[in-house]
Amino acid sequence: MRSAAGERKEILADIRFALAPGEVTALVGPSGSGKTTLLKIIAGLDHDFEGEVTIPAERLGFVFQEPRLLPWRTVEENVRIAAPQASNSDLEPLFNALGLGQHRRHFPGELSLGLARRAAVARAFAVRPDLLLLDEPFVSLDETLARQLQEELIALVERSCVTSLLVTHDILEAARLVERVIVLDGRPARMVADLAIEKPRAQRSATFVSSIADRIRSTRLTTS
Amino acid sequence: MIWRIASLAGFLLAWQLGSSLAGAAILPSPAAVLMALLEEARSGALALNLLATLARVAAAFTVAILFGSAIGYAMGRSATFDRVADPWLILLLNLPALVIILLAYVWFGLTEAAAVGAVAINKLPNTVATLREGARALDPALDEMGQAFTFDPLTRARHIVVPQLAPYLAAATRTGLSLVWKIVLVVELIGRPNGVGFAIGTAFQLFDVARILAYGLCFVAVMLAIETCLVQPLERHASRWRIRKA
Repeated sequence: MRSAAGERKEILADIRFALAPGEVTALVGPSGSGKTTLLKIIAGLDHDFEGEVTIPAERLGFVFQEPRLLPWRTVEENVRIAAPQASNSDLEPLFNALGLGQHRRHFPGELSLGLARRAAVARAFAVRPDLLLLDEPFVSLDETLARQLQEELIALVERSCVTSLLVTHDILEAARLVERVIVLDGRPARMVADLAIEKPRAQRSATFVSSIADRIRSTRLTTS
Repeated sequence: MIWRIASLAGFLLAWQLGSSLAGAAILPSPAAVLMALLEEARSGALALNLLATLARVAAAFTVAILFGSAIGYAMGRSATFDRVADPWLILLLNLPALVIILLAYVWFGLTEAAAVGAVAINKLPNTVATLREGARALDPALDEMGQAFTFDPLTRARHIVVPQLAPYLAAATRTGLSLVWKIVLVVELIGRPNGVGFAIGTAFQLFDVARILAYGLCFVAVMLAIETCLVQPLERHASRWRIRKA
């Protein structure tokens, strides 16, 4: 990667993984470890890397860290511009599932961050993605709001069976939501762990989640 | 509203006063100017000249905005093109309007194309400079979003680029309209057989101050009408998504 000053810096090294269809995977690591960069490389937004990315999928859904809605278009227009083929009967349940039914005609500037994030999630699902990339979609929301959005998002992911890659620095969040955790650490960042969480989401108790979180943490400690 | 009317009344009063002090030949009274205006309107000269000028303004303005926007956008997006074209831009920005007009008439004859072209070239560098700033200010985050969702070029232009350039286009339109109006008059004065500039030139030769003022005021009225009926509603539409200040 090239910094604003034009210096070259190596951010990521020796990253190699494959996602199974329908699998929900978290990419965990401390902030600044190159998670977003990796996501951009996968999405084809960053070409400054050596290596190979193979995506059998056609359509990509991307939820950016900031909502990145078009401020001059309403919530509904934002979704429709990204997904011109989506019919009304596709969008109606999507808006309702995300609590956006009342806000379809609002401009992004009129929405709270939580609602703007929901609109960004709606946009990503409206394109009926084969691969869903989520970059810290719950960051800077308060605890209850974040939990609520997590549940809505997971419900949508389960319903559409979309292969998903969730970037987060929140280990508990990962332990609660995903089936597989890839841990990045170091400079440049390398994969330090790749662990599967087999227990279904619905059956994960708070103690189970914290034990998984401890396991993820320990992988980072032992290697650093 | 009351203040506006009072201010306007004050202006008319000062005019009337100045007229009686300086004499009707130097500064005709408001009533005399109105008479001159009605006279021109009755003969049909007013409509003919205004329409001719309006057509030239529209043509020159369109050409300048179209080419200026395209060049400005390209310069804002490509550092190489910017470096190559920048000296040309500076040259054009600082070339006196009169020189461009006279050269256009010398090289291309006293034709309509030369007149409109000369006005457009006068307006062009200003549009380029404004739109270049706009293109530089485009948000790369939205660009990336469009790329991730594979927007086609038309969708990208319509929904990502043009809305971001709208304030810059509005600014270019504002300064552009007033600039083009003024230069069109000079072009008409020098080398056209009709138009407001031509009419004012004729009135000047006859020392008909009332007619000069009549055309000048008419001109202001048309300007105001375009501003309130065209530019302002367009701007309101383009900025409807902004949260209005209380």
